[in-house]
Amino acid sequence: MEAPLLVNMEETVSVILFGVGFTMLMLHRNLIKKIMGMNIMDTAVYLFLAVKGYIKGRMVPIVTDGIQDVSAYINPVPSGLVLTGIVVSVSTTALMLALTIRLYERYGSLDLDEILMRAKEEERI
Amino acid sequence: MSLVQNFPFFSIIIAMFSGILSSVLDGKKARNLSVAAILVTTGLSVAVLGFCLDTGESYTYMMGHFPAPWGNEIRAGVLEGLTAVLFGLVMFFSVIGGMSHTAADVKESKQNLFYIMIDLMLSSLLALIYTNDLFTAYVFVEINTIAGCGLIMIRQVGRSLSSAIRYMIMSQLGSGLFLIGLSLLYDVTGHLLMSPAGEAVRAIEAAGSYEVPMLVIMAVISVGLAIKSGLYPFHYWIPDTYGYATPTASAILSGLVSKGYIFLLIKIFYRVLGRENVIASQMVNVLFVFGLAGMMMGSVHAILEKDTRRMIAYSSVAQIGYIYMGIGLGTQAGMVAAVFHMFTHSATKALLFISAVGLYEVSGDKKDFRSLQGAGYRNPLAGIGFAVGSLSMVGFPMLAGFISKLLFATSALQSPHKMLPTVIALAVSTILNAVYFLRLMITLYSIPESGEKKHDAGSTNEPHPYSGAEKEEAAGQPGAPVKSCRRFKLAVASFILLNLVLGLYSQPIVAAIGNGLAMFD
Amino acid sequence: MSRQRDDYEKSWWKRFKGWVDGEWDPLASGMEIRVPGSKPEERVTAAPKYLTEAGTPEEGSPAKGAAVGSESPKDPHPSLYDGRGIRYFRRFYQIMSVLLCLSIIFVLLWTVSYLPVFGNAGNPDNNEVSARYIERGLQETGAVNIVTGMILDYRAFDTFGESCVLFIASCCVLVLLRIDVEVKDGQSESGLKKRLAEANDRIYEPKNDIILQKCAGVLVPLILVFGIYIVLNGHLSPGGGFSGGAVLGSGLILYLNAFGFGKTERFFTEKVYRRVTLSALTFYCLAKSYSFFTGANHLESGIPLGTPGAILSSGLILPLNICVGLVVACTMYAFYTLFRKGGM
Repeated sequence: MEAPLLVNMEETVSVILFGVGFTMLMLHRNLIKKIMGMNIMDTAVYLFLAVKGYIKGRMVPIVTDGIQDVSAYINPVPSGLVLTGIVVSVSTTALMLALTIRLYERYGSLDLDEILMRAKEEERI
Repeated sequence: MSLVQNFPFFSIIIAMFSGILSSVLDGKKARNLSVAAILVTTGLSVAVLGFCLDTGESYTYMMGHFPAPWGNEIRAGVLEGLTAVLFGLVMFFSVIGGMSHTAADVKESKQNLFYIMIDLMLSSLLALIYTNDLFTAYVFVEINTIAGCGLIMIRQVGRSLSSAIRYMIMSQLGSGLFLIGLSLLYDVTGHLLMSPAGEAVRAIEAAGSYEVPMLVIMAVISVGLAIKSGLYPFHYWIPDTYGYATPTASAILSGLVSKGYIFLLIKIFYRVLGRENVIASQMVNVLFVFGLAGMMMGSVHAILEKDTRRMIAYSSVAQIGYIYMGIGLGTQAGMVAAVFHMFTHSATKALLFISAVGLYEVSGDKKDFRSLQGAGYRNPLAGIGFAVGSLSMVGFPMLAGFISKLLFATSALQSPHKMLPTVIALAVSTILNAVYFLRLMITLYSIPESGEKKHDAGSTNEPHPYSGAEKEEAAGQPGAPVKSCRRFKLAVASFILLNLVLGLYSQPIVAAIGNGLAMFD
Repeated sequence: MSRQRDDYEKSWWKRFKGWVDGEWDPLASGMEIRVPGSKPEERVTAAPKYLTEAGTPEEGSPAKGAAVGSESPKDPHPSLYDGRGIRYFRRFYQIMSVLLCLSIIFVLLWTVSYLPVFGNAGNPDNNEVSARYIERGLQETGAVNIVTGMILDYRAFDTFGESCVLFIASCCVLVLLRIDVEVKDGQSESGLKKRLAEANDRIYEPKNDIILQKCAGVLVPLILVFGIYIVLNGHLSPGGGFSGGAVLGSGLILYLNAFGFGKTERFFTEKVYRRVTLSALTFYCLAKSYSFFTGANHLESGIPLGTPGAILSSGLILPLNICVGLVVACTMYAFYTLFRKGGM
């Protein structure tokens, strides 16, 4: 198991980051840190995809000098997917930050447990 | 290529374009545009369904000038058409039924934004139904998630904001898992379109390579979509979300959004991962166990709950459990039952949420279900609607819920290992369902005077500014909701009709589902 | 041993442990976020807000005020984190989260060890799909940049969905953060809120900072020109609508920071934002619908592809890039202004 992990070092790093980000998003109490975790998770996936597109010794997929040979360029598909994915993650990050701002204004806290508790309290009043 | 074949694409674009256009319209125009868009897309879906029933096969539609492994593609068949029609109807009646509440709950200047969410939600659901491309599915899953979040938080009270962030967090966890699953799948197959990816998966299985990655891909994609659709251990966001959103939003979220993800999951199982592989990998058994747990625990939570809408929301957890149990049976019959229950649930749950609102209106908008005492007499149609919905959920004959329970039971008989737990779980869950739904119904139709004391005694720990009697009187008078009555009545009556149709004319629908599933892969 | 124990208080491990436990935050002193509850008066102002909205201010606020007064100012989270049970629960929670993290990582690493080798041309993803994009992309889409050709022509439906994600996210942020002045009852609460937000904004706004203004005066035109270049050259060189739009948006934000809302409102108001977004998305929608429709019905689209490499080439890709760039630039700017003071 060790050898392939070392060979696929980039993938290894990206899945470790994915795990860290996932856990942060799921279990951290602080909303800002949750959002950071979400970004780490998304970025890890983009790293994974970018690594998957790479082929040793080849150029970026922009036609240069009229060469249109497959063996000259790396795989363009993952780059496109990363581009799409980044926009999606920007949108969700903006939305979650906006929600966080509203919750902070209202409950004066960034701690999700505390926010939920205060919300329940507020409803009882 | 006949014109009808363009209709799936037209319906997606019309819904999306009306959303874009609504950004410069005022609330009322945006509302009318949105209603028109839903009607038109439903009409187009009916035409697609008719076409597919006629030809008896599904077809693919290129999105652009390039064929399958290169360009995007959508695909329509009987099941896709049927689902699109039903989703369109449920959405239409939910929007109509909750319209007056939407106007009250949402700020005037932000009304058009609400209808943008509705339009984009519709288009993303349609895209999830029709798409034949995994990455397109991911993008539209995200649109669906964000639109869902918008629908939840548009009623800007504290609980709806805090439930929106919980919803977002859970959804992002699901999306993250789904995305890494897609990336891994792309890595081992090299395709993003479903059909070529499915072929590549079959080749991989035949060659016996990449066993571990395939197993993890299946697990990650299933768990990701299960989180997003609210399967039992990941259901914590459901009660708050459905309980505090504006009624239209609750009906749409519980009736349609989670179903969109389940539909996508079924599609991926059939078209990409291969049903045999999924069954062989024990993934179905995991879903089966979680489904059973959801059926039980959802109902137990619902019994313990006091707030009516949260009760209905917990019942959703149980019903999602039913659907996953059907998928988990691993047989064709189980899948048919799951899809039928998906339809049943979206029609019934939307009916329950919408009619519950009618009952609240006449009972002073209190959360506790005991405040609804006698509400069935004050708003008869809403009472009947709620009763029909509850009976359908419990499994009363002639209604949709009965047919789906029957289908689950018969399909359970075909899979010997899972027969016993399924039948036991069905029986227990039905009893639990009956406990809380019949309790609600008895409350609805008990006489208010005798209930008054009980209600006051029960809610001493909840200080409220007015005494119960005053409130009841004030609410009993014909007040503000009269204006919206016709629309509300239309919506509730149509939902009841939809339920009866699903219950009485189930034969052709079940046949069409079986037919559609056969042409799925 | 003893030496270690001596400076344990200052050791790296102690600080790390403190950070994990949430007792100490390396960023706390650098951030403007004030810990709520440490200043009682702040809480008092925060408390009535939701109480009034709940409808019963008379009943609630004295009790709440008493609760605020009784809180010790040292403990940042008095209501939640006292009691032994909760502390044990938090310990358990931390252990469980580390275990969960490790198990996810382990499963994924197990998968990675079976995946195709990094950087190998024979991997399954380097198949006929990417081969056609590379070999015939220039002829079929007219774009020199193969990635742009792929996302705006071969897989254009995805990209359309993606712009819609941006659009709907900006709508959601509008719902959450835009402060509307309601006209009907004149001095309404939201009008007050809006003026408060603006007054609040003035405090943080740099007041005619000469260094910032001079730097911005040099940089903003360069940034905007560079952004436009990236957008227009999307089909020829690295870049495209999304990256160029982000550069344009950041240029606008810098301009706003240097010169204030007064100057930007001369050319960029909410009306402009709405019109630009609407027309860009409408064009995108109609153009792509046309191309999907003709493609699926096997009709000629009739859009000339031009000479590859020229700026006016590759059919619809250039206008689509411009549209995407406009949408992204406007959305970025809108996000910034909404986050800052709840309106443009």
